[in-house]
Amino acid sequence: MKLSELGAFELLPMIKRKEVSVEEATVGILNKIKAVDRDIQAYITVTNEHALQRAKEADLRLNEGKPPRPLEGLSVAIKDNICTKGIKTTGASVYLEDFVPPYDATVVRLLEDAGAIIVGKTNLDELAMGSSTESSAMFPTKNPWDLQRVPGGSSGGSAAAVIADEAVFALGSDTGGSIRQPAAFCGIVGLKPTYGLVSRYGLIGYASSMDQIGPMTKNVRDCAMLLNVIARHDPKDAQSYTGEPVDYTQFLIPDINEVIVGVPKEFLNKGLSKSVKDAFMKALNKLEGLGAKVVEVSLPHSDHALAAYYVISSAEASSNLARLDGIRYGYRAAGCEDSASMTAISRGKGFGSEVKRRIVLGTHILSKGNFEKYFNDALKIRSLIFRDFEKIFKECTCLVCPSSPTVAFRIGEKIRDPLEMYLSDVYTVPPNLAGLPGISIPCGFDEEGMPIGLQIITKQFDEATLLQVAYTFEQATDFHKKKPQLQKYDCGSESTRGDRNV
Amino acid sequence: MFEPVIGIEVHAQLKTESKLFCSCSARFGASPNSNTCPVCLGLPGTLPVLNKKAFEYGIRTALAFNCKVAEISGFDRKNYFYPDLPKNYQITQQASPVGVNGYLDVVIDDETRRIRIKRVHLEEDAGKSIHEGGDITGAVFSLEDYNRAGVPLLEIVSEPDIRSPKEAYEYLSMLRRTLLYLGVSDCKMEEGSLRCDVNISVRPKGSDSFGTLVELKNLNSFRAVERSLEYEVKRQSELASENKEIIRETRHWDEEGQTTVGMRRKGLAEDYRFFPDPDLPRLIIGESWIEKVRSDLPELPGERKARFIRDYELPEYDASLLTDTQQLADYFEEAAKEYGHAKTVSNWIMGELLRLMNVTGIGIESVKIRPCDLVAMLKMIDKGTISGKIAKTVFEEMFTQGKSPGDIVKEKGLVQIADEDELTKIVDLVIQDNQKVVEQVKAGKDRAIGFLVGQVMKETKGRANPQMVNELLRQRLAGEN
Ligand SMILES: [Zn+2]
Repeated sequence: MKLSELGAFELLPMIKRKEVSVEEATVGILNKIKAVDRDIQAYITVTNEHALQRAKEADLRLNEGKPPRPLEGLSVAIKDNICTKGIKTTGASVYLEDFVPPYDATVVRLLEDAGAIIVGKTNLDELAMGSSTESSAMFPTKNPWDLQRVPGGSSGGSAAAVIADEAVFALGSDTGGSIRQPAAFCGIVGLKPTYGLVSRYGLIGYASSMDQIGPMTKNVRDCAMLLNVIARHDPKDAQSYTGEPVDYTQFLIPDINEVIVGVPKEFLNKGLSKSVKDAFMKALNKLEGLGAKVVEVSLPHSDHALAAYYVISSAEASSNLARLDGIRYGYRAAGCEDSASMTAISRGKGFGSEVKRRIVLGTHILSKGNFEKYFNDALKIRSLIFRDFEKIFKECTCLVCPSSPTVAFRIGEKIRDPLEMYLSDVYTVPPNLAGLPGISIPCGFDEEGMPIGLQIITKQFDEATLLQVAYTFEQATDFHKKKPQLQKYDCGSESTRGDRNV
Repeated sequence: MFEPVIGIEVHAQLKTESKLFCSCSARFGASPNSNTCPVCLGLPGTLPVLNKKAFEYGIRTALAFNCKVAEISGFDRKNYFYPDLPKNYQITQQASPVGVNGYLDVVIDDETRRIRIKRVHLEEDAGKSIHEGGDITGAVFSLEDYNRAGVPLLEIVSEPDIRSPKEAYEYLSMLRRTLLYLGVSDCKMEEGSLRCDVNISVRPKGSDSFGTLVELKNLNSFRAVERSLEYEVKRQSELASENKEIIRETRHWDEEGQTTVGMRRKGLAEDYRFFPDPDLPRLIIGESWIEKVRSDLPELPGERKARFIRDYELPEYDASLLTDTQQLADYFEEAAKEYGHAKTVSNWIMGELLRLMNVTGIGIESVKIRPCDLVAMLKMIDKGTISGKIAKTVFEEMFTQGKSPGDIVKEKGLVQIADEDELTKIVDLVIQDNQKVVEQVKAGKDRAIGFLVGQVMKETKGRANPQMVNELLRQRLAGEN
């Protein structure tokens, strides 16, 4: 096994014991990026110098005898809609192409303070709007399992980077499935925490009432480790949870004997591909075999979830993105008559079509007459869905369903059909509307070898149960151990030092 | 006959240390863009966090204006594009303002008028645009100063209950006075910490319909509000009586020309696409919080005035003037309590003190005479140590020097001469020197005695006890007979 292939929980003890220096570990990842990212294109920015500098500092600390920090020396990729001080944060938008934030997102601060090394900023659908990373204004990211396919989205860059060993782990953001769907498409673990558990400060706002930052990792243990660091109350986010920090690794016990697993019957109907359904049914059997009780439940209002989601998220996005006006930062069109036309033209040129589609939709939804008709109705559906879940969690410990109705589709396959693309998030959207945590873990492969994800959902702030069920399933299966064959990966001479076999 | 129907919207900047949603200083007068941060500049990813103090000021004001305080309050986004608005939406309270359905009592010509207050709500201020080379349309370029962006504002909206320009003036004065008493705002119109927009329409007297609304802008003083309304009432009444159309529009007050000028038609109402701000949780205002704020409320100007009339038996006029500011009222009350005879204290404050303050432009907070000094001086008059006339000189000295009346009287030798022997000598001298006048007095021209008194005062530089001089003169003149 190569050094870069190690998960956080394997690598961290080696760094702690000084079997591997932070620099070696970091160089291993940077070399891997150098070797494979020309094909995969997971990164918009690779922070080589920053990472090496930080790595040297970390080694110095350790050599001075300072105690290792919780994520000491672990290379992390940050989705490029999360602000990093002094490091370009583009949101994969022309508008923010040259935007260098003067401040760090709270999660970035927490990660660096915990010793993690930022190796780069990953690609996404422009401003997190999309399900394939194709709407990135930079380039589409390829799925490491099949370069003809999308990695999912919007956190497609982070998902691809993790499975291709271009990072130990990554941060993504999830508004309607943007962590879980790419995690499923790329065969990794992706957790969208309960709304409010992780600070949103520094995350470029898409739909503020649903946006959450979360871990994207090679396995469930890494997920718990990363969550431990980022799940902190933040006075800079008024919606931030005020509860005490929890050590999530303590719930990594493979035991689901008391667990009642609900399966929403609405999620097993139309649109679900056969291979995904088969893998899901096998996963159910597995869970049963592990001691869980499986029951059928109903989410009667889930049919309307996608519509409600697009109404609310577009409305919020149209307002959130109004600040990108060509005046204080970002893209500014030249030679305009006055400030109004400067704003209009800058936005016209700075945004891609998916972003424009949602801004126009959101603006329309919020205007007089429509607000009552669409927005209020969407809020009603939202609270009905919340109640559906509440009812289910009176009898169930957790819910399981596929993370997405299909495996990763081909690049270009759905980009011209937004509605078809939106359906990709049909199973991931309801937890966002209800503010619930959801995780996607690998649960199989289709006949073409593409990974399939299993989504687990629990009640609010019950990440402990979520991780325990996920961990139990993972420990009893091997799906997470399988890696894509990266043909062009060439372990050249310059990388030998960093990426030695272990 | 037409009567005006007037409603007023006041924006008052709150006197908090920091802005409404970030920790930047909310102070006026810093160099451009120095009081800014990623949050109030609206950088991507930043989030607002409510300033609790500002919200408490909102509750405080709502209570002072007799509003019902919301049980659950929240913030909404008002969406519109403008370069001085960093996020291109303003965080305000549309759906659940901190207070609703209040009122403010205003006394006009001895009659109390109750002006209903529709709502009191919090919102963030915008920045300031500076257009180089003309107005916004003709400018070569524009500069933006975001120091003011995010400063907390309280918007206080009246119902259209105001029926005359004078009432508008009195309403605004009382509102400002109340805010100052509450200590929530500086209310400086010249610095923009108090702004008002006025709506006016006219209708036939006695009717309860509403005419076409005209909005007045550029009102930089309460006088400007009154004058512009006087002008508008006249203009609109004339149009209405000639059955001419009144256009729904915004009119600009031209201070120089003392007229209003139409700016732009108010076409379709602008659509601000209000919706609840998802970055800010709803605020549950518990009864205990409201009660705590209520118990901290100061005595408000109306209450204080009523108490002055009741407890100190002051005329309404005196009580109004003395309660104009909290500091003046405190000043009066301190002196009145110590001295006892409140009306005398009031006379001195309203007469000499306010006159000197006016002449010198010194505010009550910087007046050097302490209330106890004023009382000491009044007691000297009572004891006959100084005359009332001399007292005015002493008071002026106290005002400029800040010394105690005792010291001034001693230094300047202003002690009243009340010694009979000493005065008798001077009286005799004056009689001797003014035989002609003495003859006139004796011939029955009683008023001529005043001249003699004046001469004695002149000899003593005003220090003689006038009553004693009068008596002595009469005695001596009668004795000569
Ligand atoms: Zn600020």
